[in-house]
Amino acid sequence: MFDALQAWLSSFLFDWLAVLITLVLQAVAVILPVLITVAWLTYAERKVIGYMQVRMGPNRVGPGGWLQPIADAIKAMTKEVVIPAQSNKYLFIIAPILALAPAIAAWAVIPFDANGVVAADINAGVLYVLAVASIGVYGIVISGWASNSKYAFLGALRASAQKISYEIAMGFALVTVLMVADTMNLTGIVEGQQGGIWNWYWIPLLPMFFVYFISGLAETNRAPFDVAEGESEIVAGFHVEYSGMAFAVFFLAEYAMMILISFMTAIMFLGGWYSPFEGVPGLESVFSWVPGFVWLFAKVAFLLFLFLWFRATFPRYRYDQIMRLGWKVLIPVTIVWVFVVGVMEYFKVSPWFN
Amino acid sequence: MTFEQFIFYLLAGISVFSGLMVISVKNPVKAALWLVLTFIATAGVWLTAQAEFLGLVLILVYVGAVMVLFLFVVMMLDINLAQLKEGFTRYLPLGVLAAVAIFALMYLVLGPERFGSEQFAAPQLAGGEYSNTKSIAVPLYTTHVYAFILAAVLLLVGIVAAITLTLRRRPPKDVLYQDIDKQVKVQASDRFKMVKMDAVKEKDIPVKEED
Repeated sequence: MFDALQAWLSSFLFDWLAVLITLVLQAVAVILPVLITVAWLTYAERKVIGYMQVRMGPNRVGPGGWLQPIADAIKAMTKEVVIPAQSNKYLFIIAPILALAPAIAAWAVIPFDANGVVAADINAGVLYVLAVASIGVYGIVISGWASNSKYAFLGALRASAQKISYEIAMGFALVTVLMVADTMNLTGIVEGQQGGIWNWYWIPLLPMFFVYFISGLAETNRAPFDVAEGESEIVAGFHVEYSGMAFAVFFLAEYAMMILISFMTAIMFLGGWYSPFEGVPGLESVFSWVPGFVWLFAKVAFLLFLFLWFRATFPRYRYDQIMRLGWKVLIPVTIVWVFVVGVMEYFKVSPWFN
Repeated sequence: MTFEQFIFYLLAGISVFSGLMVISVKNPVKAALWLVLTFIATAGVWLTAQAEFLGLVLILVYVGAVMVLFLFVVMMLDINLAQLKEGFTRYLPLGVLAAVAIFALMYLVLGPERFGSEQFAAPQLAGGEYSNTKSIAVPLYTTHVYAFILAAVLLLVGIVAAITLTLRRRPPKDVLYQDIDKQVKVQASDRFKMVKMDAVKEKDIPVKEED
């Protein structure tokens, strides 16, 4: 569809302008649904945690409270953005943008369905997601420093040290996926898992599946690893001086990253858009009408529910124990599993290696 | 101008400009951030040269990890900017001379006479199936495997050296150490003792008759 549009545009426009317009339209087609999902994910979070704690959750704006995200957005936009007197003004404003931009840019390579429903089908997709997500740490570091506040600075140091540490475990978990899939293209990784739930990579890579998801929790500063904003110790962490929309943008970034981590987990370990019933007699034909993206979204929704569930049930980790978990537990486990996958590859353990 | 050229000139312009800002901006934290932008723009240029693995690894390693640690150090330093800028005009002539000399040397070696577009034609664009990762990995793990392993060992030695330099166990009377394994393994029964005792009924307090 976009190819046809580009061809039509370049018939009467500059070549580069036609490409640019097409790229912008593609970006909007991906980013807009992501941001809408972010808005209602905040609503889902408050409802889910509310019911887990035997409360109602938001129920005043709109039927069942489902217009709450719009009310929140209007509130955030009309509030004043207070810039602290001794802060570094430009960096203070740039920091939330630097947090949000990578969380959205990473969506360029995420495939949503078979037959190339993806903005950019590049052959180093996994590496791209990892590289772009690693830029997100600058939003936190800069916001902490530019606020000229001790609490913000301490929170920024904590958060960035935590993110860098867990990125290593995350990278190793991705390496094992690459070893099994034999490709870095995300569409290729999903296509390698065709044929029912036992062909998905979560079985040969079960420890990596857990390591990746736990690292994802730590990367997004979600409970139980949310010491970056530990209210009980350092007020609110790196965004203590932010208000209004600048504050909301940090939360947009956090939730966009949550959805991204869920998509990556579903794509790399849970078979992406493939039905779990493929190859099961009876069930396969019953569910054959379900389109692929519905399966993908269902898996993502389940993983997002896990994020919310963990927040409602686990107490917060102590900071030194977070670092211990990352460096002394998760990273050794991943290194061992790289060798285990090597052995499985050598002996061609079916159906994942062939 | 094709779209690729537009992108190339945009990225090259950004990298040159931000490279200049690295050495001209006053605040060291801002200089480090401009260096980050230089890295990102350079990675973009590498991507346009079909070296996507190198470009992405540049972002992942240098931008995502090395520069963050760099920023940590720079942010926590208490640098007196006035002292740093002292003698700028006094050393300016010498500095300019050194810069011009280095530029002239580089121009003589890398100038258009030796590396111009007449000597080196633009490289052939690889096809759609080309993978930069594979074309780096295959020689790295076959022809150059010994050099690769040697580099890995060298890095390991560096890690061991850095840790031995910084690791110092102080006697337990100076510093309290936590045995985290012990802390994690702790059970409720270690901290909490259930005591069986009969229910005791308090005696009624005798009510005083008030007049």
